[in-house]
Amino acid sequence: MSYEIRPAGDRGSLIEVPDNATAVRLARQLRAERPDLVDIVVGHTTVLVTWAAEPADLGELVLMPEPEPAGRRVEIPVAYDGPDLEEVARLTGLSQEEVVARHTGAEHVAAFLGFQPGFAYLIGGDELLRVPRREEPRTQVPGGTVAIAGPYSGVYPRDSPGGWRLLGSTATAMFDPAREPPALLAPGDRVRFVAA
Amino acid sequence: MTTIEVIRSGLLTTVQDRGRPGLAHLGVPPSGAADPDAYELGNRLVGNPSGVAALEATLDGPVLRFDRPTIVALTGATEPRVRTVEVLEVGRCVGGARTYVAVRGGIDVEPTLGSRSTDLLTGLGPLPLRTGDLLRIGVAAGFEPGLPGTVPAVGASLEPVLRVRLGPRDDWFTPRALEALVSTSWRVSSSSNRVGIRLEGQPLERARHDELLSEGLVTGALQVPASGQPILLLQDHPTTGGYPVIAVVLADDLPLAGQLAPSMRVRFAIDG
Repeated sequence: MSYEIRPAGDRGSLIEVPDNATAVRLARQLRAERPDLVDIVVGHTTVLVTWAAEPADLGELVLMPEPEPAGRRVEIPVAYDGPDLEEVARLTGLSQEEVVARHTGAEHVAAFLGFQPGFAYLIGGDELLRVPRREEPRTQVPGGTVAIAGPYSGVYPRDSPGGWRLLGSTATAMFDPAREPPALLAPGDRVRFVAA
Repeated sequence: MTTIEVIRSGLLTTVQDRGRPGLAHLGVPPSGAADPDAYELGNRLVGNPSGVAALEATLDGPVLRFDRPTIVALTGATEPRVRTVEVLEVGRCVGGARTYVAVRGGIDVEPTLGSRSTDLLTGLGPLPLRTGDLLRIGVAAGFEPGLPGTVPAVGASLEPVLRVRLGPRDDWFTPRALEALVSTSWRVSSSSNRVGIRLEGQPLERARHDELLSEGLVTGALQVPASGQPILLLQDHPTTGGYPVIAVVLADDLPLAGQLAPSMRVRFAIDG
């Protein structure tokens, strides 16, 4: 399979792939096969690779067949008492109970990480829960807050500004520098939220 | 054990080393010295092995007191020099945004994820220096420090030209935008920091108006938000983002980018 490779400066390339699952598989394969690469970063439908000095020749990228998705299954217990639950219900025309039922009913997939260490953008959520970001982001969202925006769900790993709609909170640590690996979620992991 | 007392913190002084490369897939920014050349030169001048932590002072530097005479080097936005000091007044940056204070033995703070760098985006690493802080100095390695004295200063240009490679998303912009990127000069905004340098100039017009799906970002990327005013990403940049990157500054020119100070002007030239 040949993918479009775009330059990202003189120490990086951005590989475009058809979908997120392919990005996850390609990144895993590159991580195993190419110790010369510094960073391998999954995007929504891209893989960014960087190198230290000598240009990396990516050659032809051949994706090995994979018997089954290798992502782990992760459950995240959530107290659905977030300040935006009522507004999400109003925006979607659902009851608050139904919002929670649809959020816990879907199997989410970690598409890529970013924004903060350990912040995974989760896709595959219920279509009816698509709500826009807030017009004015909050200056402070507490760590552990479970939130949605557009096609994504996510959990804020630490206190930070944020414009997503806040559904609830979890005590699960999304990122801990002392843990190996430090991030709870990796691209490809499948996530279920469980009402606690 | 030698310690440093922070008599005055300066505008923004952080601990920096080579940062946390290789962890972007966890959402961890690269971090590390914004002018890697000046930082490494400082370590060489005081006889430290490469990669030892130093202080990065921004625009207006700190005042430091050492509890015994200590060999330090100043590099970056200053005349490079090596001194044995008990009190060091770093002063204002000249011809750039960042001055490095390398201390023989290095700054000994607890590393996080393999680095002692302060990451202003995510809060990893030590907090920026505060007046009254006490810092420990590490054990000096067996290298001989450089001779006290001055080192020829690198000529600072008032309007540096940074070489860029177009892409990965240059096709999201109009030909006029690509022309404006390299034919006009850009003013460095005062709201710039280690995450990114905000540039002001002729807005870069987009040819495509759909939303870009988030993708990985590199240091030196010129990311263009809806305003059309580019942001040059520095070491504490987020690892992914959804604004198209029109071009990326070449790795060898990143030290110059790290020295761009508010109200300076900068130009870009396509190379490769």
